[in-house]
Amino acid sequence: MNTIPLDLQIVNALAALLLLLSFSMLSQRRIVSLVNLLAMQGLLLTVATLMVAWRTGETHLYLSGLLTFALKVLFLPWLLHRLIRRLEVYWDTEPLLNIPGTMLVGVLIVVFAFGLAQPIAELASETTRNSIGIAVAVILLSFLMMITRSKAMSQVVGFLSMENGLFFGAMSTTRGMPMVVELGIALDILVAMLVLGVFFFQIREQFDSLDLHHLESLKEGD
Amino acid sequence: MLLRASRRPGGAPESALTTLLALVTAWLAIGLAGLIRPRSLEFAGRALFVAGAVVGLLLAIVAAMSIALPAESVVLPIGLPDLPVHLRRDALSSVFLFLLGSASVGISLFAAGYFRSGEGTLPGVLCLEYHLFLAAMAMVLLADDAYAFMVAWETMALSSYFLVTTQHRIPEIRRAGFLYLLIAHVGAIAILLAFGILQGGSWQFTFDAMRGAQLPPIWAFAAFALALFGFGAKAGLVPMHVWLPEAHPAAPSPVSALMSGVMLKTAIYGMLRITFDLIGTPTWWWGLIPLGLGLFTALYGVIFAATQSDMKRLLAYSSIENIGILFTGIGLAIVFHGVGMDAMAALALIAVLYHAINHAFMKSLLFLSTGAVLHATGERNLGHLGGLIHRMPWVAWLTLVGVLAIAGLPPLNGFVSEWLLLQAFLLAHEVPKPFVNMLLPLGAALLVLSAALAGYVMVKFYGIVFLGQPREAALHDAHDASVLERVGLVWLAAGCVLLGLLPAQIVPMLAGVVADLGINASAAVTSAQSWWMLAPLPARSISYAPLVFTLAVVSAVLVTVLVGRLVYRRRTRRADPWDCGYERINPRMQDTAEGFGQPIRHLFQPFFAMDRELPSPFDRAPRYRVVVFDRLWRLLYLPIERIVQRAANAVSVLQQGRISAYLLYSFVTLIVLLASVL
Repeated sequence: MNTIPLDLQIVNALAALLLLLSFSMLSQRRIVSLVNLLAMQGLLLTVATLMVAWRTGETHLYLSGLLTFALKVLFLPWLLHRLIRRLEVYWDTEPLLNIPGTMLVGVLIVVFAFGLAQPIAELASETTRNSIGIAVAVILLSFLMMITRSKAMSQVVGFLSMENGLFFGAMSTTRGMPMVVELGIALDILVAMLVLGVFFFQIREQFDSLDLHHLESLKEGD
Repeated sequence: MLLRASRRPGGAPESALTTLLALVTAWLAIGLAGLIRPRSLEFAGRALFVAGAVVGLLLAIVAAMSIALPAESVVLPIGLPDLPVHLRRDALSSVFLFLLGSASVGISLFAAGYFRSGEGTLPGVLCLEYHLFLAAMAMVLLADDAYAFMVAWETMALSSYFLVTTQHRIPEIRRAGFLYLLIAHVGAIAILLAFGILQGGSWQFTFDAMRGAQLPPIWAFAAFALALFGFGAKAGLVPMHVWLPEAHPAAPSPVSALMSGVMLKTAIYGMLRITFDLIGTPTWWWGLIPLGLGLFTALYGVIFAATQSDMKRLLAYSSIENIGILFTGIGLAIVFHGVGMDAMAALALIAVLYHAINHAFMKSLLFLSTGAVLHATGERNLGHLGGLIHRMPWVAWLTLVGVLAIAGLPPLNGFVSEWLLLQAFLLAHEVPKPFVNMLLPLGAALLVLSAALAGYVMVKFYGIVFLGQPREAALHDAHDASVLERVGLVWLAAGCVLLGLLPAQIVPMLAGVVADLGINASAAVTSAQSWWMLAPLPARSISYAPLVFTLAVVSAVLVTVLVGRLVYRRRTRRADPWDCGYERINPRMQDTAEGFGQPIRHLFQPFFAMDRELPSPFDRAPRYRVVVFDRLWRLLYLPIERIVQRAANAVSVLQQGRISAYLLYSFVTLIVLLASVL
């Protein structure tokens, strides 16, 4: 049995935790907890980035780890919590598909994601065997969460978690994207959050609720 | 420099094309200059249009002088990266550029005196749209690759759409504009597909590559059919003609003139370009399709023209008729060329080119004169006009020239081209194909029928608008056209006369163009021809000498007048018009537009769907009302509309309005794409 170096084992463990967090987000209906889970995801991502940085000695990965920490662990959760308090949305309504059903679909998606990652993983270095599959799974699970939730706030959380998955995939397979790209993405997320924040207020102003069902009335009539 | 180039053909090969491009740019610059002071009618609505007319004049001169020059092309590095714009000027482009330039001189001058303030769009914006439209038409004629062609074609369609909807506050005008835009785009798609076929697998979209591509016959025919559909939609070939009678009355008169006189001809240009240049060797039986459609269109158009009571709709239908004649000529040329009778094919094509130029002049003239009448009286309905020759003598006499020309009377220009086409038609029995050679002379009969009915229509148009007594009291205050308007009308009328008197000079030039398209035209222009006599096909000993004819007519009239003066000297007396013993003739006793069209409506009843309201003998206030519909609306367009509506409803099931549904769509798409990678 060949021994995997300790740092790699840690990265793999972090990846597994990331997947687990995705599932717990899928089953969580309290929005406050959802944001906390997102923050935890960010924390895991930071640690994983720092591990990879330490392993490969790429200095810009340290930077990007710090950026992740500042943005995804501190700033965005703080912003979301503030929004939740001001908008007074603590609970999501019953999801469109019930939670056990969603979990089952999620399992299928993970299988699909690993199947998908198989041929790519064989080409990749040993560092990344499992992380590609996990990254794809996290992306698809977050997508699933966006589909099944009806409150705008949970969809934003899904969106951010999707970005986390993308970031993890990029970081673990290619030792991080170029710094410019990472900065660009970070800025995008920030701007998207701010715009969405404004949107929330507008939506609530208009419909007295953040429930996206109300947007159906915007559809062009027959 | 240009003069030198024309004296030494090939000496300065790029000069004509660069000059033409500079002139097109000048049009664009004039259009943009309109935005400097968009609200000023004097600047944007008058001065700039006069400048545009000058550019048009220069364009016409350069184009006319470059007809005999060898083709020249240039590649401009503008547009998308790796997609430079290929431009080429050859004899065919030159002819149509001449048409564009020379007709636009008269139209622009008229327009300079026409637009009033407070009519819908701002003068500056109008100036931009108008000159953009002109420049786009010129670029269509110069394009040498499919991208440049389509971009220019779309620019032309869009700018003319905005011109049509100048008075966009009126719902009917918006509706007419939409119909126009819709059919223009359906046609554009067909043209795009035709180009897609013509590139023949090389994925090179320059016209040069298309000329070189070897297409299997079935694909060549598909390209031809798509081009016929696409350009037919733009030109108003039945059954794609429905936008014409809606859009032309909606547009301001100079715009109608430009659209009917010039823009429709770009479709003829495109058809000729694709059929004879890009496809190169059309099979003979393809020609039967445009021939049949063209004849039907000609008859259809003229019959509907005869029943109209709106003068601009009447002219729009007359345009449809002329487009039918042009397509008939194209079809005939394809048949002749396909069976190897090149002299006949050349004759038919010369007739097509000649008629295109003629129609540009006479139809622009007529549309502009309806504009003058409209401004003077505020009426478009023939039922409220009449007797205007006394109030608007300039407009009336100049219109008479256009009316005689379009009715095909010698010595004016309409006669020459129709005569040439008929000559080609009369020899169609020599086509070595059974049945076809028997049926084609029948086509000649149909053509003559349409030409005769066109005369009827023009008598109606002129007689009811300008002759007789005014049907409304307000008509007594009608004023004649302004100076600039008169200059524009005089230019176009002079064009009609000159084109009618000088065919012997023009036909050899057009024969050169036809030869450039790969048709041996030498037999069509012969030594029997002299500067005063047109004599194509010497073996037939047919000839037409317009100057002699004019001289004979004029001298006969003069002699009659002189003899009359001599014989009845001092014994003439003036009396009231003949009143058949009934003393008080009033304007309501005159024949109306509806009454004049009634025999046609009766004879050709199957063409029309009529909605008639007849008074009963016991009515206190009898009312007669008849509305004539286009039968094709109900037979063709409404079913298509229903099908489209149903399909759209079926598709709209997808549009749930729920964000989760939309997310699901992208999720499923993503999964499917990923799964297909596996």
